[in-house]
Amino acid sequence: MGEVSAIMGRELRKWVRSPPLLVMALVQPLFWMGLYGKAFNLTGLFSVPEDVLRTLPPESTKVVAELFNSMAVRLFGSPGTDYFSFVAIGMTSVIVLFVSVFSGMSIAWDRRLGFLNKLLVAPIRRSSIVMGKVLASSVRAFIQSSMVLLMGLALGMKLSPASPLLVAGALASIFLLAISLSSLVIAITLRLRSWEYHMAVANLLNLPLMFTSTALYPLNLMPDWMRPLATINPLTHTIELLRGALLYGNSLDIAAYQFHLAYLAAFALLAAGLGSYLANRYLTAER
Amino acid sequence: MRAIEAEGLRKVFGRVVALDGVSFTVEEGEVFGLLGPNGAGKTTTISILTTLIRPTSGSARVWGYDVRTETSKVRSVIGLVPQDLTVDDELTGLENLRLMAALYHVPKDVAERRIEEVLELVDLKEAAGRRVETYSGGMRKRLELAAALVHRPKVLFLDEPTLGLDVQTRAHIWDYIRRLVREEQLTVLMTTHYMDEADANCDRIAVIDRGRIMAIGTPRELKVKHGSDVIELEVQGDGFDLQNLVKGVEGVTDVRVSGNRISVRVVRGEEVLPELMRRMISSGLSVSRIEMRRPTLDEVFIALTGRSIREEQGSWEEVFRQSMNVRRVRA
Ligand SMILES: Nc1ncnc2c1ncn2[C@@H]1O[C@H](COP(=O)(O)OP(=O)(O)OP(=O)(O)O)[C@@H](O)[C@H]1O
Ligand SMILES: [Mg+2]
Repeated sequence: MGEVSAIMGRELRKWVRSPPLLVMALVQPLFWMGLYGKAFNLTGLFSVPEDVLRTLPPESTKVVAELFNSMAVRLFGSPGTDYFSFVAIGMTSVIVLFVSVFSGMSIAWDRRLGFLNKLLVAPIRRSSIVMGKVLASSVRAFIQSSMVLLMGLALGMKLSPASPLLVAGALASIFLLAISLSSLVIAITLRLRSWEYHMAVANLLNLPLMFTSTALYPLNLMPDWMRPLATINPLTHTIELLRGALLYGNSLDIAAYQFHLAYLAAFALLAAGLGSYLANRYLTAER
Repeated sequence: MRAIEAEGLRKVFGRVVALDGVSFTVEEGEVFGLLGPNGAGKTTTISILTTLIRPTSGSARVWGYDVRTETSKVRSVIGLVPQDLTVDDELTGLENLRLMAALYHVPKDVAERRIEEVLELVDLKEAAGRRVETYSGGMRKRLELAAALVHRPKVLFLDEPTLGLDVQTRAHIWDYIRRLVREEQLTVLMTTHYMDEADANCDRIAVIDRGRIMAIGTPRELKVKHGSDVIELEVQGDGFDLQNLVKGVEGVTDVRVSGNRISVRVVRGEEVLPELMRRMISSGLSVSRIEMRRPTLDEVFIALTGRSIREEQGSWEEVFRQSMNVRRVRA
């Protein structure tokens, strides 16, 4: 354990000392939040404009309003949810993806700079190297994710929180997501050496995982072929947990909440196990 | 006990045979040098002995532990100062050392005392709180040394400990290394392609070229066996036959005459020189200049390999690493 926390400490120290990294990571989520959340008003399509309502006969107004509300609930989980809040929560999870993929590259960097050999020549488990990095990346992801959440709130996200315990569980799921994603990225990049490969892997993961999650669209609006992808994508589960606990308030579906949490816990455990196993077998100085 | 035993080490990278059957042993307490040109296989040998890479075939033991199967045990008794600087630039010297202590499971209180000690040893106490980025090349190398010693290793591996440093700093680093060997009772395996360093600092040397060991011995033995003294004389007089004069002198291996100068290669110059003088004088020649040169390891190397140690054009990767080194070493 000492070895894991020593490596984690090193990673975090380096991170804290480069504030530009911290700020730069926020740019993309902010951009998506602005572009999608503010510019497109997706939920607006499912609400009835005031002037239309005024032209309708009073008795039909109620029916139309209910119809639109039920569509909004079916698509976005709750009638009150505005699209900006919906996307802001999506971005709170997407940044976890970006940070995890980015920090997965640290093994390749350490290899380049020779520092990896310092770790490899020490009498520590190879899995400790990976786990130290995964945990550091999770702490980073959590902090950056909280920052995006605060940015969302500052820009007008409408909170409707469930019980504190449920909120805490949803926030904890950010960690589970970060552990899952960093473990996978590190497992994939364990033996990669060239920077170019690494960028390719990052691009291969970042956008596809974002677009096959429910970060920007609800599951129900997705084409049929995409829905299974979204369902196995761990990003979706964190997003749903956060939306449930922070936006849907009382209308939160407890059974679904529990399922998402269990899915993420299992995913994180498997990914971390896989990362450790592969590290013990394949993490070497050999190029 | 033998600190290091290497037996028929072979390492093949794709189509490159980096090591082609390397065997040698290092006794406890010895300073052993691997001397060879770029690409000879020095770093590859160290990488195998420090468990970083696995040999294609052959076996090796360090402090009695098998480098293939007892990696953890090997790792806990060795320290490595690698060819490229690998301390973390963005951390302070102290943080680097604390990290090393944690990686080697040194208990916290013991570690703090030990870190003080090694900082003292390499004269970095003042700079310990500064980020390594701000260190000079020599300071970084000293920090590397300290980092390799925090856990009190038994066997220290030094891969080109003075590469890229100026002459003065090189001399300094060697002072530190000698002090370490004395105070820490270390066994050292070092590599270098500076002949003078190997000569001055190693108990025994293995000359390695193209993945093969060409000769092993003390610097003196190697010089006696593979190098020779050169005696040069300039004579005054008439009608002499210098070639004939040295004929039959024991220990002469080569004679070159040009005009009134003669240059003789001999095995033991100190014994041959008086004999040569005697003959000159008895044939009425007066000697106007004498010079005797002892062999250098350089000559040993040329004798063994037919080439002199020289820089070779590196691959792109090497150039990249070298430029990284330059960047990190500058200041
Ligand atoms: N990972 C590798 N892949 C392919 N070839 C390699 C690898 N590592 C070393 N080699 C090759 O093996 C040979 C020995 O390399 P090594 O680094 O051991 O030499 P060296 O004696 O340390 O040289 P230098 O003085 O330049 O450090 C060289 O021809 C080198 O190109
Ligand atoms: Mg080398």
